[in-house]
Amino acid sequence: MNAVLRVLAPGLLTTVQDLGRPGYQSLGIPVGGALDPVSLRAANALVGNEPQVGALEVAYMGPTLLVEDGEARLSFVGADASIEILSDEMATRGRRIASMRSVRVRRGEVVRVGSLTRGAVLYIAVEGGFAIAPVLGSVSTYLRGAIGGWEGRALTAGDCLPLQRNEPSEREDCEIIGLDLAPLARYRAIVGPQSDHFSAAAIEKFFDSEYVVSTGADRMGMRLKGPVLQHARGFNIISDGIAPGSVQVPGNEQPIVLLADRQTVGGYPKIATVISADLPAISRLPIGAKVRFAPVCIEEAEAARRRFVADIEALPGKIVPIRQSIGELTPRLFDCNLIGGVIDASAGAPELAELQ
Amino acid sequence: MPQFRVLPAGDTALVVEFGDHIDRRLSSWVLALARRLDGAHVAGVVETVPTIRSLIVHYDPLVLSADSLKECIAELMRGLHAARDVVRHWQLPACYDPEIAPDLGSIGERAGLSPARVVELHIATVFHVYMLGFLPGMAYLGDLPAELSAFPRMATPRMKVPAGSVGIANTLTCVYPVDTPAGWHLIARSPVPFFSRRPEVTTLLRPGDKVTFAPVSLREYEQLMARAASGSLSIEPVEETMGVAA
Repeated sequence: MNAVLRVLAPGLLTTVQDLGRPGYQSLGIPVGGALDPVSLRAANALVGNEPQVGALEVAYMGPTLLVEDGEARLSFVGADASIEILSDEMATRGRRIASMRSVRVRRGEVVRVGSLTRGAVLYIAVEGGFAIAPVLGSVSTYLRGAIGGWEGRALTAGDCLPLQRNEPSEREDCEIIGLDLAPLARYRAIVGPQSDHFSAAAIEKFFDSEYVVSTGADRMGMRLKGPVLQHARGFNIISDGIAPGSVQVPGNEQPIVLLADRQTVGGYPKIATVISADLPAISRLPIGAKVRFAPVCIEEAEAARRRFVADIEALPGKIVPIRQSIGELTPRLFDCNLIGGVIDASAGAPELAELQ
Repeated sequence: MPQFRVLPAGDTALVVEFGDHIDRRLSSWVLALARRLDGAHVAGVVETVPTIRSLIVHYDPLVLSADSLKECIAELMRGLHAARDVVRHWQLPACYDPEIAPDLGSIGERAGLSPARVVELHIATVFHVYMLGFLPGMAYLGDLPAELSAFPRMATPRMKVPAGSVGIANTLTCVYPVDTPAGWHLIARSPVPFFSRRPEVTTLLRPGDKVTFAPVSLREYEQLMARAASGSLSIEPVEETMGVAA
């Protein structure tokens, strides 16, 4: 019998996502997939999965999950969050662990993920993945079309997600060191395709201004608030195709960055397109985050893409086993000034919490 | 060779634009280029998406640079002609009963036509599928006869319309494939599943198809809906002919 994750509390918007379902856009079916594929890949790497395996995408507020019928290895990558492993459903306090690591959880244990900070999304991968049938080659949940994932919808309390495995492998629990998920000073974008629907002044304003993320938990698009971008020839165009990262400007003259669940075609002019190397970073920004753009040419975008892909390929090399023995842990605790001195809560040392 | 321009859409897509209006000739070029590019199996091209007046080409820039893709498109454009292809013709039931066609009366009034005349005009038109988009399986069909072409989208969209609702706006008509917010004027409802989830995910129409609507009574509509719900409503093209799409 496979292990199961029973959803005790779903969080704000928890969905199954993988790397998406390209190939069906001409039928009106979006690519979808993880908002932040870098974090998804890292979460998968931590539990030894292939990069494209589906995981839980958590937005803003995490779920509470009960491990049933077996044992599992989970990993957590993305925004900061309080992650607690409780011994059973009745327990009120458990051991805290940090994100950016994997952990083995036993039958009957409960994983409780709190509110996310410093980011909008967190991925919870399970070793071996979920036993969910793909739709058009992907387990990504497409909410508007109600396909993929768990019954085509976000998780709700009572859902029981079967895992592929009954128990984890013998591999060690690991952490990922040096994965940089920090916001960028500027998100690079290529002008167009509808640059001729905006004055030169509006395009300049777009790149010179600071915008603020004004809505969240929307997998289709990120609404930004800031200086208005006036259209040169009205805000209706005959629909044309939409690229990942398209920045469309509807009638209210405020830009919207189109994300994973973007519609395949659209009828608003698009002033610019965020480059593929920077799209995961902008996609993971939470409400209230500040955004500035920088114009780049296609050659610069292609070079950035090469570095981005090289970084992704280097992810497995950043994964190291978590040292379990006291002997090995102690020097690190001294490094963190956590024993033999004042405890600095802000320094954070997940290993210490686990020893308690 | 038609006139076109290639527009940048980031580093993973290019837009080949043939014009900026709704025109079957532009659509025929879009569909011809899509067919040609898909048939060429260019390494690095991920997918092509035809729209009313342009083709967006999604690609992997590490396999194919923007410059190489532009050259490839220019090469394919040189010999491009609106190719003859298999064109599927569909005759799709639609119910124009005012009970489920909330805007039929008001559109008639605004056009100075009886509701019956609006229906006559709608069912007499052979529509061309310009593109699919907005929702899975949602087809944009044109062109409406001049008498029905004068009505832009509603200023305030409805929060939710039922799947199968047939809308009109400007020169186009559409069928909403799922329950959705919608801004077009609703003049009929079709029992046909344009987007099915079971037993597997399928869409009915594809760009370049031809569609006519066949009127059914409210009672027939309900019977067809019951068959659609039980999965026993099988909709096939009435005809497949060789011809120029659009």
